[in-house]
Amino acid sequence: MVAGLKVAVENWPMAVERVRYVGEPVAIVVAQDRYLAEDALDAIEIDYAPLACVVDPIASLASDAPVLHENAGANLVSDRRFRYGDPEAAFGAAAHSVEVSIAYPRNTGAPMETFGVVAEYEPHEDAYEILANFQGPFSIHAVMARCLKVSGNRLRLRMPPESGGSFGVKQGVAPYAVMIGVAARVAGAPVKWIEDRLEHLSAAVAATNRVTTLKAAVTKEGRITALDWDQVEDCGAYPRAPEPATLYRMHGNMTGAYDIRNLAIRNRVVLTNKAPTGLVRGFGGPQVYYALERLMQRIAVELELDPLAVIRANLIQGGAFPYRTASGAFYDSGDYAKAVDVAVADGRLASLERRRDEARAAGRRYGIGFAAAVEPSVSNMGYITTVLTAEERKKAGPKNGAQATATVSLDPVGSVSVHVASVPQGQGHRTVLAQVVADVFGLSPAAIKVVADLDTGKDAWSIASGNYSSRFAAAVAGTAHLAATRLRDKLAAIAASQLDVSPGQIGFAGGAIFATGNRAKTLPFGRVAALSHWSPALLPDGVDQTIRETAFWAPPQLAAPTESDEVNSSLCHGFIFDMAGVEVDVETGKVRIDRYVTMHDCGRVLHPAMVDGQIRGGFAQALGASFYEELAYADDGAFLTGTFADYLLPTSTETPDIEILHIETPSPFTPLGAKGVGEGNCMSTPVCLANAVADALGVAELNLPLTPARIAALIASPEPALPAANRDRPASLGTVKPGDRTLRGEGMAMVAATPEAIWSMLLDADQLASIIPGCHGVKKLSETHFKTDVTLGVGPVKGRYKAEIKLSDLDPPKAATLSGSVSGALGTGGGSGRVKLAPGEGGVTVISYTYEAAVGGKVAAIGGRLLDGAAKAIIGQFFAALARKAAPESKRTGFFARLFGRQT
Amino acid sequence: MSHLSAATRHRVAFTLNGRPVSLEAEPRLLASDALRHGLGATGTHVGCEHGVCGACTIQIDGVPARACLTLAVQLEGRKVRTVEGLGPAADRLSVLQASFRRHHALQCGFCTAGILVSLDAFLHEQPHPSEEELRIVVGGHLCRCTGYTPIIRATLEAAEQLRSDPSLPDSSHV
Repeated sequence: MVAGLKVAVENWPMAVERVRYVGEPVAIVVAQDRYLAEDALDAIEIDYAPLACVVDPIASLASDAPVLHENAGANLVSDRRFRYGDPEAAFGAAAHSVEVSIAYPRNTGAPMETFGVVAEYEPHEDAYEILANFQGPFSIHAVMARCLKVSGNRLRLRMPPESGGSFGVKQGVAPYAVMIGVAARVAGAPVKWIEDRLEHLSAAVAATNRVTTLKAAVTKEGRITALDWDQVEDCGAYPRAPEPATLYRMHGNMTGAYDIRNLAIRNRVVLTNKAPTGLVRGFGGPQVYYALERLMQRIAVELELDPLAVIRANLIQGGAFPYRTASGAFYDSGDYAKAVDVAVADGRLASLERRRDEARAAGRRYGIGFAAAVEPSVSNMGYITTVLTAEERKKAGPKNGAQATATVSLDPVGSVSVHVASVPQGQGHRTVLAQVVADVFGLSPAAIKVVADLDTGKDAWSIASGNYSSRFAAAVAGTAHLAATRLRDKLAAIAASQLDVSPGQIGFAGGAIFATGNRAKTLPFGRVAALSHWSPALLPDGVDQTIRETAFWAPPQLAAPTESDEVNSSLCHGFIFDMAGVEVDVETGKVRIDRYVTMHDCGRVLHPAMVDGQIRGGFAQALGASFYEELAYADDGAFLTGTFADYLLPTSTETPDIEILHIETPSPFTPLGAKGVGEGNCMSTPVCLANAVADALGVAELNLPLTPARIAALIASPEPALPAANRDRPASLGTVKPGDRTLRGEGMAMVAATPEAIWSMLLDADQLASIIPGCHGVKKLSETHFKTDVTLGVGPVKGRYKAEIKLSDLDPPKAATLSGSVSGALGTGGGSGRVKLAPGEGGVTVISYTYEAAVGGKVAAIGGRLLDGAAKAIIGQFFAALARKAAPESKRTGFFARLFGRQT
Repeated sequence: MSHLSAATRHRVAFTLNGRPVSLEAEPRLLASDALRHGLGATGTHVGCEHGVCGACTIQIDGVPARACLTLAVQLEGRKVRTVEGLGPAADRLSVLQASFRRHHALQCGFCTAGILVSLDAFLHEQPHPSEEELRIVVGGHLCRCTGYTPIIRATLEAAEQLRSDPSLPDSSHV
């Protein structure tokens, strides 16, 4: 499923011989119901041989890093440099050079509905029919058909009329649709699969995490003369189609809203042992603007200028549109300075500043942040080929454009149906399309039926079809308008011939078609609309039929990349200007959003409530990205955020109301003048909030998500030395790396038996079987090597594991080292501990122990928060059982176990 | 509760939106699966199956509960209400539902079923809700589309309508 890059990397929909990320499919079970299927899954035993792994994109570049795909030779699978204008000269002549370094985290859209697929296979036709809540782009249909080894016409992909959110993510159902198709072929029956939340969070689609260094050449007035980008994009374990699109989607927009003619870019794509990435709302924009707008703020701080003045000094001027950026984007329309002026006017900025001054005077940490962003929409299908060199592109043939399709039909009673090659996941296609088409025909929106499902076997579609890149309002609704207008013009010709007037005189309103200026000449809309069905002989010359009109629209501005790598990566370019006031609580590390203002220019607004809904929703997702959400991995590749208790989404109590403002500069390139609006706040809001926090705390470097722990670390003074009492702890307990998820502990228990008696119990398989919590019997492989099956529960995850325990460094009966590993369907773990036995008073043995353990797999993903507690509970149970077993007749044992079985 | 054998199916009978229903359920069958797959009542949505997202919220004897954290056998003898039972008829909306529609309080609609069920119960308990109270109630649900504000506005307006005209087609409790 690799399409964009020329690299020797194979990506099958499920793991072949080697698993490269947690969540990679390794087996499919088909059963009569899901409960039985999950029973069967538990019965599968997989013996994994652990390999070295790498999760950090910079570490993956090291020459000694474990290589994910041996055929590719390295984890760096693409390295391209771009140069526009004369960046070296600009940097040489600049008064200042300002730089930011950021590491943008992994997050995801997390729609409330997960993936769903129903697949059937027809062996006589060698054809698949797959129903999936796929969202496009339909270029992936070609990839799926190739995966299934059938021609495109033998993969009939159907999408339901409703889907519970996507935010880009449902592009990622594609490999699963392929797998379930294969499962249906193998099973000889239709197969249904509904993804669960753990599967979704661990392996559906992640946005790329990216490490960026961005430098600006700046005049002493704060005018930027050049930018130098170095981006390292982490696509996870496979560069799955359409990646590395996240990196190139913004290629024309790397100078943002600013007039900067000199530009250098280095783009690297690396692979790491994490889930593959793909479309997530904002798609490359959040990563770019986080760097660019942090840089704008740093320029202001370092040059001691007003941040808003720096933004204003660099904005593209109002008269400059359409404006060609240094890297080739063709900005259709805008008036950025006016948008900023309107946003700050009416006391909005003044009140923010007043609130900041008051808060600061009272000793509180209040900051103001700004962000200006150009929001691209309607992707050019050719931008992804910018990852190839001009020579490689020549060989592959040109790719460009963004074909949109829409069909308007009139039935035999003259009622109107609309169909587009884009399925809604909550964007209101039906409402908006009904309104757009009704306006053309002079009907009420309620009279229009919008059919929102899509069937590649029957409907008009092309590779750019689908609901992504904020293309609905700008491209799809516009194309529906085109189709309706063509039909209307034909109906006007019919009515003109019937009413004996010229077509130019025909009007449409109130369900009627009439001669303007002569309302006596009026026909019911339905009668004219149905004529083509009932009496085609009456159609006037030049009108073939009015039964169905399918419009195809491909904007000419979306050309293929040029020889010198300039690309108009998107058709439309909206503008956003955000400002926020936040207050940081230094005690809790919590950030309170005091005010948030977001100004949008998305061209012509088709439906104000829908547009504001997109803005509010985008803002809420951006709020999550700013403060809560990260798909986190441990250094050993364990995935740590597999539940909504670990991957936190904002709720209504965390999501403030915001002030939304608009100006409208209609796009000259789209049929209705509309531009996309759904992704903008995912691009502008995270960095606007980060700028506000940076202003509040006076810090230069900060990365998302700004969790209370991160904020506390930004505020904190250097760590004080360890208290004296802890200095003699084992070294391993004192040197905890940040982000290290190793479980560590130590403890002590007292058991009313001699060290010798306890020692013999620890070496006796039958005795161990009765002491180990959840044990199903112990097999002794040698004097110091045991095998066992245990059932353990960690929070919500209870499962059966195979465990191996080895004893070493024996010092009978005083000390032993236990090392072991467990593995099961729910995860794996390994660790070691040192146990010491010392005779105490009154025939009691003091058992002291230290341990270190690491846990991976499902248990780590969904029980991470609970592991420490669970480990302590299990060890406590072990010693309590040991105490009972060692001195069963003594009533004191229970007392001792309770009293002394303490943990630290 | 009587002891149930894990290996056998048990007949579970309860009232669903005012009508008696029953199905055969293994003790491990979730109430969410019983409703959706056993009874075809697919209005109750399943978003996380660990009790966080709230999409599957139903009312059991008038009290909101997560269907994904409830076993089907626990519904025995209970009165269960789901989103299908909120409107006065299949083609009519409750006051709260109509207000959601006017305020664009839903986009994809996946979380909406659970939110409506929670708010319906809350408005019966508190007919004069403050915005803050509503934010806390809706805080038990995850919505990824709307940014919540339209949901709060819709509910405030619905509460006002219900207060001013008790004869409105509220979802009568069954």
